[in-house]
Amino acid sequence: MTNLCTSTFSLKNPSSIETYLSQDGYSSWKQIISKQIPKSEVITIIKESGLKGKGGAGFSTGLKWSFINSSDQQKYLVCNSDESEPGTCKDRDILRYNPHAVIEGMLIASYAIGASVGYNYLRGEFIGDQWIVFNKAVKEAYEYNFIGENILKSNLCIEIVPLIGAGAYIVGEETAMLESIEGKRGMPRIKPPFPAVQGLYGKPTIINNTETLATVPYIIKNGSEWYKNLGVNDSDGVKMFCMSGHLNKPSVIEAPLGVPFSKLLDECDGVLDNKKLKAVIPGGSSVPVVKGEDIMETPMDYESLMKIGTMLGSGGIIIMDESTCMVSVLERISRFYYAESCGQCTPCREGTGWLYKTLVKIRSGNGDQSDLDLLNKVANQIEGHCICALGDAAAMPVISFLKHFWTEFEYYVDKKQSMVI
Amino acid sequence: MTDAKHIFSENMTKEIDLIRSKFPKDKSKSAIIESLLIIQHDNNGFLNDELIASLANYLSIQKIDVYEVATFYSMFNLKPVGKNTISVCTNVSCMLRNSDDIVSHIEKRLKIKIGESTKDNKFYLKDEMECLAACNGAPMMQVNHINYENLTFEKVDKILDEIAND
Ligand SMILES: Cc1cc2nc3c(=O)[nH]c(=O)nc-3n(C[C@H](O)[C@H](O)[C@H](O)COP(=O)(O)O)c2cc1C
Ligand code: SF4
Ligand code: FES
Repeated sequence: MTNLCTSTFSLKNPSSIETYLSQDGYSSWKQIISKQIPKSEVITIIKESGLKGKGGAGFSTGLKWSFINSSDQQKYLVCNSDESEPGTCKDRDILRYNPHAVIEGMLIASYAIGASVGYNYLRGEFIGDQWIVFNKAVKEAYEYNFIGENILKSNLCIEIVPLIGAGAYIVGEETAMLESIEGKRGMPRIKPPFPAVQGLYGKPTIINNTETLATVPYIIKNGSEWYKNLGVNDSDGVKMFCMSGHLNKPSVIEAPLGVPFSKLLDECDGVLDNKKLKAVIPGGSSVPVVKGEDIMETPMDYESLMKIGTMLGSGGIIIMDESTCMVSVLERISRFYYAESCGQCTPCREGTGWLYKTLVKIRSGNGDQSDLDLLNKVANQIEGHCICALGDAAAMPVISFLKHFWTEFEYYVDKKQSMVI
Repeated sequence: MTDAKHIFSENMTKEIDLIRSKFPKDKSKSAIIESLLIIQHDNNGFLNDELIASLANYLSIQKIDVYEVATFYSMFNLKPVGKNTISVCTNVSCMLRNSDDIVSHIEKRLKIKIGESTKDNKFYLKDEMECLAACNGAPMMQVNHINYENLTFEKVDKILDEIAND
């Protein structure tokens, strides 16, 4: 619907540097260099554009960049291409169809924060496709001297380095990613200190999501007002929405923030086999579920989703039709968090285990009313008591599934079978 | 680079050196993950004690450092597995599109349970597969890290036939 990160997607050889250049690619980077736009000005443009992080938390990107410890020492940029939040499948498309936007965004961000190295950390499972495409793109950009030593004869040196993981959801958490780059197990760090002060190898580091960074060149090129005006209220600009689940045509759609949910649904040709919409998880499996009827006319922006008790998260929108058994979906989600908890914090390690085991018990027909109360109690004890947000992410689905579909859970413990089958 | 004991080919050491050069001089540990991936690939898809000790020696780091990485990340196998790795995503978006039926179909066809390798050692059906970031192509699987999406039983049969005959 609106093409920034997706602007090359439908072109021939979308990932090649020639294609990107034909779309005026690298013009922002060239402009910054030729006009010697000061770092602080770049940060101001990004701040004023209202760009918010697209990795899940929605934090102001310009503000984050301004936190960088400006003392004269080595600094790093890290691009988070770990994309592992269930329901999210946008960064993989940017990496394979528009990798040069990621590279240009990384260059601009590195410049703005004073980093001489930008690492892009791709999840291990991207090794067969995106990893190859992205490495080739980096090589091309080196050949054009957009990256490397003495960039476009400016004396500026920035290296862009692709890295690959080896399978671990938790590594998507920014400090776990830093641990992983340091060659350790991916265990989140206690904050503070924040990465902008003490990050990779103890040096000031900024971590941004792939989509966030790929958006940056378009903002520099068209200006902060332009980007801001694409969105609504405090939700400036655009977002990639990953529409999956019970749809006739599951799709990744880039659209202005504030686009009505019903419009995204139409773009996917509606609910699969024209069944009734039952429930939606609008921001990846970590955010609260809502009832279909409550989201139908909701504009997809940060504030509107907050009003109906959920979040925009990563933009992974999971659609469930009337045939969906909410008890089995929650059991599956709980298995995920149980499996992926790194185990450092007792409430998370023990709590995710309890949640999953209790749901297995209910699903196997051995649960009773007290198990439903136990679920609520355990979920509430995890929330807010952990080092990283995985604990909350495990708790929120449980609390919201029980809240909106209580009768279905009660039916299950009563009749020892699903209400929908 | 170092004369410590290792069993890598010259090609392999060149590749490891290249990975090593991505990081600051004193940060050898950073090279573990990517090195293990290529070492595993070169060794029929699994790691063993000798390879892990070799990498530790080659990078002049502790063996335990390499083990910590090798045991933490799900893509590393510390036991031999079938030649072609099949990973079927069973997370929510795929589950809603019947990924569990795809798993059962493969189990029946290959006469193994999830987590096992076939007798002829051609296939390994990986367990505990989480979202592979291809949710709009659900149900989906990776075979040797290549994506196959919008799966049907027929499609799965065709893919497995082709790989088996390769
Ligand atoms: C458990 C967990 C998993 C996460 N996974 C990802 C991920 O796969 N990709 C991502 O960009 N951010 C992920 N995040 C968010 C990152 O910690 C971080 O906020 C983000 O990369 C910052 O980039 P942004 O400000 O551009 O969104 C995750 C957070 C948590 C707690
Ligand atoms: S909340 Fe869970 S995943 Fe996060 S650090 Fe603690 S134990 Fe690890
Ligand atoms: S849920 Fe299967 S690829 Fe995302």
